[in-house]
Amino acid sequence: MATLEKEKRQEKIKIQEQVEKPVSPWKDAWRSFKKNKIALIGAIIVLLFVVVAILAPWIMPYDYNKNDLVNRLQPPTGDHWLGTDDFGRDILSRSMYGARISLTVGFSAVLGSIIIGSFLGVVAAYYGRWVDTLISRIFDILLAFPSILLAIAIVAILGPSLRNALIAIAIINIPNFGRLIRSRVLSVKEEEYIVAARAVGMNDSRILIRHIIPNSITPVIVQGTLAIATAIIEIAALSFLGLGAQSPKVDWGKMLADSQQYLVNAPWTMIFPGVAIMLTVLGFNLMGDGLRDALDPKMKS
Amino acid sequence: MTQTLMEVEGLKKYFPITGGVFGRKVGEVKAVDDVSFMVRKGETLGLVGESGCGKSTTGRLLLRLIEATEGTVKFEDKEVNTLSTTEMKKIRREMQLIFQDPLASLNPRQTVEKILMEPLVVHKIGEKNERKQMVKEILEVVGLDEYHAKRYPHQFSGGQRQRIGIARALMTRPKLIIADEPVSALDVSIQSQVLNLLKDLQKKFSLTYIFIAHDLGVVRHISDRVGVMYLGRLVELADVDQIFANTLHPYTEALLSSVPIPDPELDQDQEDVLGGEIPSPANPPRGCAFHTRCPLAMDVCKEVRPVFKEKEPGHYVACHLHE
Repeated sequence: MATLEKEKRQEKIKIQEQVEKPVSPWKDAWRSFKKNKIALIGAIIVLLFVVVAILAPWIMPYDYNKNDLVNRLQPPTGDHWLGTDDFGRDILSRSMYGARISLTVGFSAVLGSIIIGSFLGVVAAYYGRWVDTLISRIFDILLAFPSILLAIAIVAILGPSLRNALIAIAIINIPNFGRLIRSRVLSVKEEEYIVAARAVGMNDSRILIRHIIPNSITPVIVQGTLAIATAIIEIAALSFLGLGAQSPKVDWGKMLADSQQYLVNAPWTMIFPGVAIMLTVLGFNLMGDGLRDALDPKMKS
Repeated sequence: MTQTLMEVEGLKKYFPITGGVFGRKVGEVKAVDDVSFMVRKGETLGLVGESGCGKSTTGRLLLRLIEATEGTVKFEDKEVNTLSTTEMKKIRREMQLIFQDPLASLNPRQTVEKILMEPLVVHKIGEKNERKQMVKEILEVVGLDEYHAKRYPHQFSGGQRQRIGIARALMTRPKLIIADEPVSALDVSIQSQVLNLLKDLQKKFSLTYIFIAHDLGVVRHISDRVGVMYLGRLVELADVDQIFANTLHPYTEALLSSVPIPDPELDQDQEDVLGGEIPSPANPPRGCAFHTRCPLAMDVCKEVRPVFKEKEPGHYVACHLHE
């Protein structure tokens, strides 16, 4: 009799186990992201550019740097799908290779500012007092300059090169992430599960790594996605001004700069890199908005 | 005479109020103002009072989650306030906290298993497999199932979450558990389940409880002794039967009469229900903190703060009526 009941109970538990599968917060976010069609379109655009950037050396129809002066300033044709520029270089190949640089620089710059900004923000928020005042004032000073102007100034000091442009963009983005994570940590550290962690006897570093950072990171992911879009525009702007990619390297901003003189006669030299910038930025923005909806706990009821 | 587990002497916590351009201190909130009591091994001490009377702050002071302004907390033979970080960590194994809001007190990004294993990891108890086994055992003890370990806090009901909170408190096999309004966020039907669970666990693990609540019915059900707090001060402390049958302090009296009687025919004695608001702890009344609302206030109450002393054996009270 008793065994029968036990078996019944076991069976009940098994059914429950299947009905209520563990749902991690990440899985939950992915589920709601999948439902968001516009965000998915953004993600697909981004993915497309990333794939092209990675495969560029193999799928480029021509060497991006091969001059072919006979065929200079050709409109889009069967041979050159997107036309050629003033040196007869294939614009499709240059755009593909440009994607490589624009995306890498945008991504690394943002990653760098996330790492440094988050570190400073976490330290400021968790330790408070004069540490917080010092770090926050540094952020304020950085934010007081118009960001592109500051970037130009930094590159002017370090000397124009792609690497320095990357550093400049990373620096100007630091305060955004720093402030974001600082405010997030300030609120998370007052949560009751942090009190619970301290009551258990945990030390500061474990609380920070296991409890505070995992619960503060989602807005950074969202902001990071959106910031890549901005960083791509910024790197394009710097390259356009001759402060970023230097020949023979090429990115979309440099292509735009090179096309200046041919705007009227050969508009394709300008249109295609411009479209590439626009599409990538759009993709990242749509994806970022979708991520915000999926990850922001406040949006969920 | 049973052993004393914890002794609290003249505990005070003043929170500074800062204001002005330079963040100068312009005043202080006397959240806990000179509280003394002791806790016997194996008993349940109830702490009751209106919201804002400092009962939760007292609980956190006892665990040294906030530093006391003045006073001492003695746990067994150690003075908790003066322990070093490493000694403090050791003693945290012995005393644990259960929270009011079970969802807020569980990290939303950890599975139940991780949450429950954490105290073991922090205190280096057992190997990985042993820890897993211990989690399984404790889940059973608090009335949950093994498969719950893999799930996240948001997938549970309020009562189940509180069971997880209780399980976490039990992981290190503590001697003292401070329960900070553990059932006030739960449905009434669940409240009694959790209370009974707490009672069972007390027997099983020979626990001592400090049970903070504002619901007198709950406190009466679970406590051996009851302390009544008002505006950061302990006004009365006695055995649960004593305090309900032989109330000495007018505030306790008012608190008892404010418990609704579940019978519409019986007219509630409105005269005893307190009027007025609880005064601000930033600016407590002179003399007895309760004199502004006390129906029996005398002249002396406005001037002299009454001493908290033993009126009858085991029955402490701070009131000029019982000098």
